[in-house]
Amino acid sequence: MLDTIKKIETPEGVELPLTCAGFYVRSIAWLLDALIQGVLLFLLGIALPSLGDFGMGLFLIAVFIINWFYPVLFEIYMHGQTPGKKVMKIQVLLMDGTLVNWGASMLRNLLRTVDFLPFFYILGFISMLFSKDFRRLGDLAADTIVVYKRSQQHIARIPHAEPAAPPIALTAREQQSIVSYAERLSQFSPERAEELALLATPLVKDLDQQSGHAASDRIVSIANYLVGRR
Amino acid sequence: MNQARFIELHEQQWLLLEVLCNEQLHPDKIARRHSRQAKRKAKHYQPKSLYEEQILVLPPELIEQADFPALYREVCQHLSLAEARRYSPYLIERLSILVEQAHQAFYRPVHVYGDSALSAIIRFFTWTFPRTVRREINWLWLSSLLFYGPLLAMIIVIQFRPEFVYSVLSPDSVSGMEAMYDPQAEHIGRERGSGSDSKMFGFYIFNNTSIGFRTFASGLLLGIGSLFTLLFNGLHIGAVAGHLTHLGYSDTFWPFVVGHSAFELTAIALSGAAGLKLGFSLLMPGRKSRYQALLDSAKISVRIMGGVAIMFVMAAFIEAYWSSTQLIDAQTKYTVGALLWLLVTGYFAFVGRRSDESSNPALEMEPQAERLTDKREF
Repeated sequence: MLDTIKKIETPEGVELPLTCAGFYVRSIAWLLDALIQGVLLFLLGIALPSLGDFGMGLFLIAVFIINWFYPVLFEIYMHGQTPGKKVMKIQVLLMDGTLVNWGASMLRNLLRTVDFLPFFYILGFISMLFSKDFRRLGDLAADTIVVYKRSQQHIARIPHAEPAAPPIALTAREQQSIVSYAERLSQFSPERAEELALLATPLVKDLDQQSGHAASDRIVSIANYLVGRR
Repeated sequence: MNQARFIELHEQQWLLLEVLCNEQLHPDKIARRHSRQAKRKAKHYQPKSLYEEQILVLPPELIEQADFPALYREVCQHLSLAEARRYSPYLIERLSILVEQAHQAFYRPVHVYGDSALSAIIRFFTWTFPRTVRREINWLWLSSLLFYGPLLAMIIVIQFRPEFVYSVLSPDSVSGMEAMYDPQAEHIGRERGSGSDSKMFGFYIFNNTSIGFRTFASGLLLGIGSLFTLLFNGLHIGAVAGHLTHLGYSDTFWPFVVGHSAFELTAIALSGAAGLKLGFSLLMPGRKSRYQALLDSAKISVRIMGGVAIMFVMAAFIEAYWSSTQLIDAQTKYTVGALLWLLVTGYFAFVGRRSDESSNPALEMEPQAERLTDKREF
């Protein structure tokens, strides 16, 4: 069991495994955001004050909004992701796995000031070390969690082959391993595929070892049988 | 049932749910799909991604007529089945991601008080905010005591012992203050030219609101941060007011500050109240666990801070454009200042009361749940 995986039970009775994002990715995401904020302020700082005192006023308002509300607005309108978090593929969620709302996002970002204390997120870092799911003080108070966002993927296709029954009875776990091997086949080099297939000795020991990918073919055939193409 | 058959039977539903989730979370995708479907009909349109290709395979009427909640529950069931039957990890992963997305789309936060952001804001200021402040009025009393107490004490003390001002302010800032409100000076208030009201508006928003936010946030440190900020600001403001009054600059100082004082001082006191509530929930959790007490009080105090932010903006507006004008005589400024105090007090005392409601705060009900599932669209 990995302790960075937080299991959340939905009201429908399904368990969702959320992978908590640790200090490193979160600080990189923060750095990226800080960079974006800095560039924004720099550009506004050049453009606005040229409009005179009125522009200066606008600039100060912009500083205020970018300082305090940049993360809030992005977390609300981009579904828990500031640009930095988006690049790092992480996302802020409430502890029940749903998207953050205004209250929670404001809280966790207002309390950033405390996490920053005494300097450069020392308190936040300590809090992340000692809390269970890498949560800084703002996350704890707002009941939020930062997790890796899994992107949608499509069903891996098992290459078609003549189905073959396994020569011995396989446990459920073994069956699962064989099917996922076949699903991942396209990610291996042929040599590696063969090497892995040979590990399943009882299934492939009767094969002629000379031919290039006999063992791999055999395992794919068994996988075809297991998923029901018979 | 074997895995191949399972996929064959349900794959279209999964794809459909994926499309619905995407369109729930990103309404702009609906229009984009329509245009693609139209293009597809008109001529050969090359889909740009696998996802797009699959969308175009789905019959459009299937998407239009889909029942999102029912479909979502069904796919949850598919995930459970796939896990129980030990289907391949890839399939389980795919279904699990799909359910996670659908879970977020289905239980996403929506404005419960109306269809638009505007009606949610109106609802907040005519109902949630004043009611929350009334329910937490004891924290406001406490923070007012900590803020106005030192403020008034300092004003009074300085009338008799003028040198006390230097216990809070440095000689430099004292002479700066004196220069600003000197009746002989050309401009009253913080130094400025005539066209710089807008600049000061920006400055007040940036400066004062940030102070308010920090007053609240530092309350998380067992209330000590808020306590300190309230006392410090009270002493500081009191020292300035006391000193200038003692010097006989009353006619320039008081008319300047009276206008925005209602919003600004109340906003500071409210920030402190929210911060104290946050910190004291850790110190005195009552019958809850400390963490649960923190969660509950944080939810309420952040609501107060939402309103406080707007109060600071209003104070900044008044301070920049009204307080600074010298065309209006002191009498009018005092009158307007008093009216604004009445307005603020009246707002928190009366707005958002139901007509049949007694003034007993215990009877005030919790506002509706913040987050409901939005079923209207289906």
